[in-house]
Amino acid sequence: MTMTATAPAPGFEAPGVDAFQLPALFGSVTKPVLQLVLAAIIIVVLFRVATSRMQLVPSKGQFLGESFHGIVRNSIARDMIGPEFLKYVPFLTALFAFVLVNNLFGIIPILQFPTFSHPGVPYALAGLVWLVFTYAGIRHHGFGGYMRISTWPPDVPWWVRIILTPIEFLSNIILRPVTLSLRLFGNMFAGHLLLVLFILGGEYMLVVADSILLKVLSPFAFAMGLVFTFFEAFIQVVQAYIFVMLTASYIGTVLADDH
Amino acid sequence: MNIVGNLNTIGYGLSAIGPGIGVGIVFAAFINGVARQPEARGQLQGIAFIGFALSEALAILGLVLAFALGA
Repeated sequence: MTMTATAPAPGFEAPGVDAFQLPALFGSVTKPVLQLVLAAIIIVVLFRVATSRMQLVPSKGQFLGESFHGIVRNSIARDMIGPEFLKYVPFLTALFAFVLVNNLFGIIPILQFPTFSHPGVPYALAGLVWLVFTYAGIRHHGFGGYMRISTWPPDVPWWVRIILTPIEFLSNIILRPVTLSLRLFGNMFAGHLLLVLFILGGEYMLVVADSILLKVLSPFAFAMGLVFTFFEAFIQVVQAYIFVMLTASYIGTVLADDH
Repeated sequence: MNIVGNLNTIGYGLSAIGPGIGVGIVFAAFINGVARQPEARGQLQGIAFIGFALSEALAILGLVLAFALGA
């Protein structure tokens, strides 16, 4: 007797990596590329509107813009970076806005595709973060000082250093951008796959399957899709927050004076 | 009895156990901390989310590998 563990229902193809291979819209431009540009335009326009005609008593738009900036400045940058945090707030705010808008594209109707579910996009962003915190560390401590902060924890016996220094080098310099990008990619990838699975499953139950019972039960699949859409909205905001939080903490650790 | 399927799925399930426990511990500690000292909430929140992100990374790596290692 043979059981198929992955496809219990006849004719139902569970969505996989193929769901992310979108056809080119024109030339070699695909939807994620378009969304990246769109996100940049949306952010520029929103912040332009929010900061035009700035007053002492803020208008609604200005208030929203200021609160967004305030979250990054007060609850992320100040806690994580320390005394020199103001210099990095613009970068972190832009990063937060960009990741957030691109993540939310995953549940906005018509677009409905999180840009960061293509691994190349978060790789590029994490590369940028790596350049920023490496540059910040080298400018603050010099190259030797930066390497010492990253790989040479104080008060460690020499025989532990033989193991510890390579590990610290690997984890602080090489693996940081890797995990940063993979975390964002993995969350967006898994979330999109989850939604696609529920909606396609519901469609299969309603349209393709022969059984009346499955047709009657199909609304539950769609309802779960809806529930997980809200859950995804939460995950997307949290992941954008974590991305910026970790960036700030990386900058904070390379700037720290007494390690 | 033959079972046709992909072992990667089981691998991902296994890789999610540890991070599941880890995330639970992180947030349990966070809740404990806030319950004991509510005014420290702001500071604890940042640390909690970093701990959450670090332990969750393992599950994410498992997920990525489950797909990347191919059918």
